[in-house]
This record gives sequence, structure tokens and C-alpha cells, in this order.
Amino acid sequence: MLLILLIFIPLLTALLAVFTKSGARQIIQVASFVNLALTIVLYTSSAKLGDNLTMVNIPWIQSFGINFHLQADGISLVLLLLTNLLMPFIMWSAASHNYKNENIFYALIAFMQSGLVGVFAAKDAFLFYVFYEVALIPIFFICAFWGGKDRIRITMKFFIYTLAGSLFMLMAIIYLYLQTPGTHSFDMAAFYGLSLSSTEQTFIFWAFFIAFAVKIPIVPFHTWQAETYAVAPAAGTMLLSGIMLKMGLYGIIRFIIPVVPEALNYWQTWVLTLTVSGVVYGAIIAIRQDDIKALFAYSSLSHVGLIASGLFSANAQGFQGAVLQMFNHGISVTAFFWMADIIEQRTGTRMISELSGIATRSRQLAIVFMIMMLGAIGIPLTNGFVGEFLLLFSVFKVSIIAGAIAATTIILGATYMLRMYRNIFYGTADTTHPFSTFNKREAISMYVMAALVLILGIYPSLITSVSSDAASGLLQLFNPAYSVR
Amino acid sequence: MNVLLALSISATLALFLGVLKQKKLVTPVIVLGLLAALTFNAMQWNNQTSIFNDMMLYNNFTVVFGGVGLFITLLMVLFYNELSAKHEYHLPEILAIMIYGTIGGIVLLSYRNMLMLFLGVEILSLSYYVLAGIRKQNLYSNEASLKYFLMGAFSTGFLLMGIAFIYGVTASLNLNEIAEYVKQSGGIVPVYFVVGVLLILSSLLFKTAAAPFHFWTPDVYEGAPTLVTALMSSVGKLYSFGSFVLLFTTCFTPLVKEWEAILWIFAFLSMSIGNITALQQKSVKRMLAYSSISHAGYMLMALVGLGSMTASSVLFYALSYSLASVTSFVTLYIIKEKRGSYDISVFNGLAGENRALAVIFTIAMLSLSGIPLTAGFFGKFYIFNSALNSGYYWLTALAVLNSFIGVYYYMRPVIAMFASKSEVAIETPPLSNTLLMLLTALTILIGILPGLVVNNF
Repeated sequence: MLLILLIFIPLLTALLAVFTKSGARQIIQVASFVNLALTIVLYTSSAKLGDNLTMVNIPWIQSFGINFHLQADGISLVLLLLTNLLMPFIMWSAASHNYKNENIFYALIAFMQSGLVGVFAAKDAFLFYVFYEVALIPIFFICAFWGGKDRIRITMKFFIYTLAGSLFMLMAIIYLYLQTPGTHSFDMAAFYGLSLSSTEQTFIFWAFFIAFAVKIPIVPFHTWQAETYAVAPAAGTMLLSGIMLKMGLYGIIRFIIPVVPEALNYWQTWVLTLTVSGVVYGAIIAIRQDDIKALFAYSSLSHVGLIASGLFSANAQGFQGAVLQMFNHGISVTAFFWMADIIEQRTGTRMISELSGIATRSRQLAIVFMIMMLGAIGIPLTNGFVGEFLLLFSVFKVSIIAGAIAATTIILGATYMLRMYRNIFYGTADTTHPFSTFNKREAISMYVMAALVLILGIYPSLITSVSSDAASGLLQLFNPAYSVR
Repeated sequence: MNVLLALSISATLALFLGVLKQKKLVTPVIVLGLLAALTFNAMQWNNQTSIFNDMMLYNNFTVVFGGVGLFITLLMVLFYNELSAKHEYHLPEILAIMIYGTIGGIVLLSYRNMLMLFLGVEILSLSYYVLAGIRKQNLYSNEASLKYFLMGAFSTGFLLMGIAFIYGVTASLNLNEIAEYVKQSGGIVPVYFVVGVLLILSSLLFKTAAAPFHFWTPDVYEGAPTLVTALMSSVGKLYSFGSFVLLFTTCFTPLVKEWEAILWIFAFLSMSIGNITALQQKSVKRMLAYSSISHAGYMLMALVGLGSMTASSVLFYALSYSLASVTSFVTLYIIKEKRGSYDISVFNGLAGENRALAVIFTIAMLSLSGIPLTAGFFGKFYIFNSALNSGYYWLTALAVLNSFIGVYYYMRPVIAMFASKSEVAIETPPLSNTLLMLLTALTILIGILPGLVVNNF
């Protein structure tokens, strides 16, 4: 019941907003807070709530065995929390822009929110696919109509790229469906019980891998990413990087690991090579960037590469670290893109070479940026440290060489981040333009996100205790010999 | 029987009303005829009747396909009446010919005798030859008509030849007797029989605008008046595919290995040629024409994996394609009337001028590209499902590749609508607006609840 509300509150407010002239933003903003409150209730007490509150399973298309089946385990809960926590912030971040056709813009964001919630809560593979695609439509329009220069070409590329990937997933899902016994079923649990030959596993593995690798993105499927992040409006970039790419990682958790474990074992070296090279590649390219947004895009590529490596390592540390780091990455990347937007709005540029001395103009920004940066680099007592430690540990368990290469991310990350920080925040300030400090919305969101970086760095169990059962369950699906403690 | 009577009487009455200069009465008579036909059609549900001494069998298959066809025709008549009637001197004739075409369609959905197949094809095609050329002052319209007629007549010849071959082998024109013969033969039939099947196949592929018999399609679809194109691409395809499914599921299933490889290749060719050529088009009308070739390819996929799901997946696909295709062609017509061209640039800024129309067109394009929550997605899903179920993994993979080529060109006018500045204001006439909204609502409704159609058929 709660999950249905989480999907339909944004959906209905989005429809409402389309038909309202003014006040659309406020309505959607309020709805996003309602959603956040519901999610917190669900997150903190999902074990205590009855099944009828936390689960939905109604027939949707009977003749195909498709059910509207929603249920949230620990991993889903973390991602639901992330989605609904970031949404109010993302909407706030757009408030200072005065976009044309504002009501449509916010309606699309809310529509996207319901799609994302659906992805993270779906237990039926068909439903998962539908939400996975539906979440793509609003972001397409957001980028195509409110984006920057050359937006059409770049958005098309992004759209076709991701759609192409997911169509292969559709094929794999239908194939799995046809293998289920009896009158076939799209239930994910039914997929987990299949015994597939190794050829079948290989094909399905790569079909899913391409779909998710495009979304995450994993090198070499990343070419849409930096351009799209740079051209999208700030809110769109936050949606894409903060939440949407988690759909791909989540897909690995729900499909690749439990459905085709043998194939993953077989191809592990290959995919780890791709993900680990993405870690290094993203970081090195990031060092050379002048555009702040592009720098964050490549740094994000590097970070998600590490998360994917942890998942493909397929051990307890990897799963736990990946879930934790998905949450961390969502928070930090959203904050970063927002701060990049703040800097661009106030100075008119986001080129590192043209910026300097902002620390003397806005101390608040400098402090929040510093905390976020430390989190992203992975300094102890920040959230990034815990997550990266677990992930690197898991990669080391599989291969020492891969682990050693992946660990360079810490050094390279510090290089590009600190270089950027020095150039933007230190030096002589250009005082020709006024540089106003945070307004109320920005202040609240920034401090909340910065606080989360520190709190989760000191007490990561807030996330890991919720996700641990689900992560062990996943490991057991991957390797039946593994027993929980 | 009653359906055919209702249609013939209303169409003939409309012709007489035209002679008597009672133009105002023409459309009501036609609409009444179609409504009556829809009612009679619905009454045949679960009430199988054989008519004309087993020449035709009106069963649930006919009811469902025919229901969709009659419904779309009704909408097209209403559109025509509102959008185009005022320029039209020959309104009674045009509407009557539309209805005569529908009669051919109904025959094609219920024939049980090869001669009726031939008759149905002829009635349907002759109506479309005329309709394609009704703008007699327009060079393109004339070209379309002539081209369609010459090539169509040729392909009908093939059909007749094929029927003759089959008659020569089986000594019967009755579908049940032919089916009995094929069953008795145990899959080993004389080569003349196979030649006959292939000749019929090629003729039907021509009618469904599938490659490599597609060369007429772009020119005819482009040259014909847009509303006629809408009719041809929606119900025309529906009837042809209906007759295709009917013939092959009744008669030729045991011979599946004789023709499945051919169909496999033609399905792939249609998809690829349609999609890749559509990418190059500047005129939206021509682009939609090529896209209709590719959709024929998807529908052929359902026939390749002939099985229990074939009829309903073809139906679902044809329905979803018809809804989206009618919507897009009618929108195109409305825009062309004001801006005078079919070029993609005429879509510029439509979203600012007429947001309802822009949203309607966007949803039609999303449905054609097969994005979830529209009918088009479930249509594709259904087809892919039935193809994978029959083991056609590579064909499905190729179809998947094709469907994202499609996304690219379907999105181009959409982006133009929202991205650029507008030039000339565009208004949708009230009835058309309502009907377009109805079509869009249906597209979304059966996209979200495909069970409404799938579970009941």
C-alpha cells in the first residue's frame, strides 16, 4: 500500500500540475515531501509493518502471468530512500532558474520520480522493464527542451543509446519468461529458480550487461554520458547522475547476479577488466577537464565503475559496499552538480580556468564543497571512506591486480578534486560580480547533504544494517553454498 | 450477412443521395450504416454463421478484426467529413467507395473459399485505387492511383495464378477441403502446390506493403490524399493481414517449413528497408509511409512463428498501429492545411501553438516507436514474445535493432514541435479534436491495460 502511494502521489501530482497554470511547483514540492515522509516511515519500520502495507501483488495482464507486484527488501529500501530524499532537493535546485513552461518541467520531474520508485520496488520483471523505460521519457524531454547548446543531437544520442540497451534486456526477460515452468511467470523469484545451460546464461548475461552498462555507464558504453550531463539542465543532470544511473546498478543486483551466476563467474575477469579500466579512465580524463560539470561527469564515471566492480566481485563486502556507495554517490554527485550550478549562476561560467577565489566570496559554499569533496575522495570519517574501503576490499578478494589498479582511484580522485578546489576557491577573487551566499533552500539542502556525509562516515550502519539481510540473501542466490553467518 | 447488407445499403443510398443533390444527408447515412454494421458485427460474437453456401464463415475472428476495421473506418468518415468535405465536390462517391472498400475487407476476414479471397482483394483494392486518385487535379494523386493500379493488378494476377495452381492440385477452392488435402498429404505435396502457395504469398505481401513488394508504398502513400493514406495504412493493413492469417492458419500450417524461411527473410527485409529508408526522409508523410513498411515487417514476425498466439498478436499490433497511424496522418493533414508542406520543419513550434495537438502527436509517435505505457509497446512485446516462443532468436534480435532505428526518426518531428519557434497558428476543428483525443486515450488505455483486448480474444 505504501509503495503504491509512493508511485501514485508523484504521478497524480504530475498530472495535476500539467493542467494548472500557477502553483504547480509548490504542489509537486509538497508531494515530494509527503513521499519523503512515507519513505522514512517505510525505511525505519518496514519490518514492523504488516504485509498489506509493504507489499502489493495484483494481477495486471493475466494471460501473460504479469502481476503488479511491488515489494521492498533492504536494498530496495536504501534506493527508495535515496530517490525520495534527493527529489525535494533537486526540485529546490531548479526553483532559482525560472524555466519556461515551469509546470511541465516539474510535472516531468515528478513523473520521473514515480518511474524510479517503480523500478526500485518492482518484483515482477515485466513491471521492472516498464518502469525502467518510463523513467527515460521524462528525462528525455527535460534534456531536449530545457537543455543547453546542441541539446537535440546529444539528447537523441543518449535516448537511443539507453533505449537500445534496454531492448536487449526486454529480449532476455521474455526469454527467461518462456523458460519458467507451467503457465509462465514474470515474477523475479521464478527467474531465480531457473536452471539454464551455460550458453543460455552467456547470452542472457550479455543482454543484461549491455542494458545496464549503458545506463551506469561502464566503459566503453559511456560515450553519451559526459555530453549529456553537460548539456542537461542542472536538475536533469542531478536526476541522471544522482538517481537514474542507480537503476543500472540495481539491475545488476536484481538480474545478473541471481539469474545468471554461472555466466558471471565465467565472465568475471572480462567485466572486471571493463569496470576497473573505467575507474582509472574516468579519473584520468577528469584530471584534464576544464568544465566543472564535465569533471564531475568523469569523476562519476570513475566512481560508478568502482561500484560495478564491487558488484561483479560478488562477495559480501562487494554487495554491502555497493549498496552503501550507491547511496553515498547519489548524495555527493547531486550536491556537486548543484554547487556547479550555483557557481555558474553567480559567476556566469563553469570553467575552472576562469574561476578563482570563491572561498573569500562565500565561505559556506567553500565549506560544504570541502566536506563533499573529502567524502568523494574517501577520507576516513566520511561516508566515501567506508564505501570505497568495502568495494576495494571486495575487488582485492577476487584479484589483487584488479584491486591494486582500482585503488589508484583514491590518488587520482584526490588529484583532480584538489586541483579543482585550489583553482576555484583559492587565489584572488574577482569582485566585479556580486556573489550572493546560499539562499534558504540551498542552505538547508546543502547542510543536510553535508551532514549525511559525516554521519554516514561515522555510523554507516544506518544504511548497512537495513541492507545486510538482502545482501546476504543475494549472495546466497549467487552461491548456494554460502550460509548466513 | 447483416453487416454486408448494412454497409452496401448505406453506401448505395449515399450514391443516390449524391445524384439527388442531398449532400447534407450523405454523411449521416454512411455513419448510420457503419453504426448498424458495428452492431450487427457485435451480435455475431460467439455466434458462428456460415453464409453463401460455405463461401464465407462469420466467426469470432471476423468479429474482432472486423470490429476494429469498422470502428477505424467510422472515425475516418467522421474525420473526412469535418476536415475535407468542404473542398469536395464528390463527397458521396468518396464516402461510398470507402464503405465499398470496407465490404471487401469484411469478405477478406471471413472467406472460406479461394474465390471469395480473390473477390475480397479486388473489392478492397479497386476502392483504394480510386481513392488514391480522387484529387484528380493533383499530379501526385494521379501518379499514386496509376502506379497502385498497375502494380496492384499485376499482383492480383499472381494471386489468381496461385489459386489456379492450388485448384489444379486439390481440385477444390474450398478452404476446408484444401486444408484436408494438406493434412492428408502429411507435408509432402506436389511442387505445383508449393508454387501456388508462394504466388499467393507474394500477392498478399504486396497488399500488406511488405518488402520486397513494397516499391509502390512510398509513392502511393505520399501521393494519395492524406486522409486516404490514413485509411490505407490502418485498415488496409488490418484486412490484408487478417486474410493472411486466416489463409495460412486454416490451410498451410502443416507446410510451415516450405514458406517460413521466405517469410523470415521478408520480415527482416521489410523492417530494415522501411526503417533505414525512413531515416533519410525529409517529408513526414513519406517517412510515415516507409515506417508502415517496417511495421508490416513486425507483423510478419508474428506469422513466422505461427502458433496459438498469431491471430491475437497480429490483431493487437494492427490495432495499436492503426490507432497511432490514423492519429499521426490526421495530425499531419491538419498541419499541412495551414502550413502547406509535409516537411519536418512544418512541425516547428507546434507545442507553443496548439499544445493538445502536440501532445496527441507525441503520444502517437511514442506508440509507433514502442515505448511502454502505449499500445505500441505491448504490440511489440506480444510479437517478440510469440517469435521467441517459436525459437526465432535472431529474428527477434534483428527486430530489436530495428526498433531503435525507428525511435530516431519518430522523435525528429516531436523535437521540432517542442524545440523551435512557430510560424502559423494551427487550430484543430472541434470534432476532430475530440476524436483524436479518443484515439490517444485508447492508445494509452490499451497500453496500460492490454488485458482488455488480450484476455478476451
